[in-house]
Order: sequence, then C-alpha cells, then structure tokens
Amino acid sequence: MVIEFLFYLLYVGAKMELYNGSLDVEQIFSKWLHEEAESNYGAYIPFVGTIRAEDGIEALSFDIYEPVLEAWFNSWVEKAEKLGAKVKMAHAIGDVPVHTSSYISAVFSPKRRVALELIDEFVEDFKANAPIWKYDVKEGKRIYAEDRSTPMSGSGLLA
Amino acid sequence: MVIVEFLGPIGEESLELEAKTLHDVAEQLQKIDTISAWLDKCAVAVNDQMTSDLSMELKSGDRVSILPPVCGG
Repeated sequence: MVIEFLFYLLYVGAKMELYNGSLDVEQIFSKWLHEEAESNYGAYIPFVGTIRAEDGIEALSFDIYEPVLEAWFNSWVEKAEKLGAKVKMAHAIGDVPVHTSSYISAVFSPKRRVALELIDEFVEDFKANAPIWKYDVKEGKRIYAEDRSTPMSGSGLLA
Repeated sequence: MVIVEFLGPIGEESLELEAKTLHDVAEQLQKIDTISAWLDKCAVAVNDQMTSDLSMELKSGDRVSILPPVCGG
C-alpha cells in the first residue's frame, strides 16, 4: 500500500520542492501551470509568501527537517486527491532576503470552491505543523523567531 | 541505545540513551538543564513518524527527534 502510494506520487508529479535561497516565483508558477495544462482543472489558486522588511531584518533564514515535512506534505496530497484536487508546495532553505519569496503553495481543482477552501486549510496547517524553523537575519546573525513560532500538535509529550 | 536528536534552534548535539520507552527518554532529558526548558513546547517523532504516545516502546537504533516550535513560510 505504501509502495503503491509512492508510485502514485511519482505518477502525478506530487513532490514538494525545496530550493536553496529565494524562490523564483515566475518560474515555479509557470512550471506548475504547464504541469497541469492538460489536467482539466478549472481553478489554480497559488499562495506566495514574501519576506517583508521589518524590524531591521536583512533576510529570514530557514531550517527544514525534510523526512517529517515530506510525510506531512504527502498526507495533504492524499487529502486533496479525495476531493479531486491537487496540492503543490515549494519552500526555501537557508537565507531569503527581504522582498523575495520563501514559500509558494497552490491548489488545483476542477471547480473553484474546493480550491478556495483547501488553500486556506493547507496554508494554515502548514504554519502550524510543517517542521520548518525561522530565523531573523540581522547584521549577519541568525536569531530564532521564537515569538512567532508555534508548538506542533502533540507538543509537551516529554515534559 | 536509542539516538535522540534535537532539531532546529535547540542547538544541542545528539545523545545516545538507554531507553525502553519514550517515558524513559523523557525522564533522562528532564535532568539536562539546557534541554528540559524546551520540552514543554516540543513535539516528538520516532524514526520520522510523529507520535503522542509516551508508552511507545523503543528498540536499539531507534531515532527520537525533538521538534521545537515551528514557523514556516
């Protein structure tokens, strides 16, 4: 069953994308659009996260724990598939300067309603449970963004 | 021995511990000052599967990951 699902992921091209540094938004938008050009989806709703200049930061920086992120993403692929939809995601690793993008996700679906609802749930669950750690970069130093971070589901088990 | 690794900003080296369950891991980590302060806000994965079962049995070579608060995007 697990192996069948992995083949399914390969077949539909549902693989999360990780890039070193800022995302090339236009290239990723265009790639995803082309990947689904013949899939007969009526709606394509992307979400783009861009680093804002605030509190004197030069950049944000990200650490990712890939095995758990992949399992999290694959559970969303499966959830979307049951609704006839498809999710995609790209994220940056390392430093991402202000005014560039660190995160893009998207939902494709036959009709708009499923995609509009799913992009909301998908992005919110991403913020709460994707194993990614954010740091402010100031004067070249990385400072953990603790006050903006959220404990994942099930936190405190070992306390 | 199980391997305990601390992800993201925790910044501690991995440890090898004798433990039969996650409860055993918890008891030992609570005694380490630099780690115990993180525990109430950290989630846990065993061999990359998230878990919420403190009685989960562990075998030698299992990898326990400690995941601090997240903020992707």
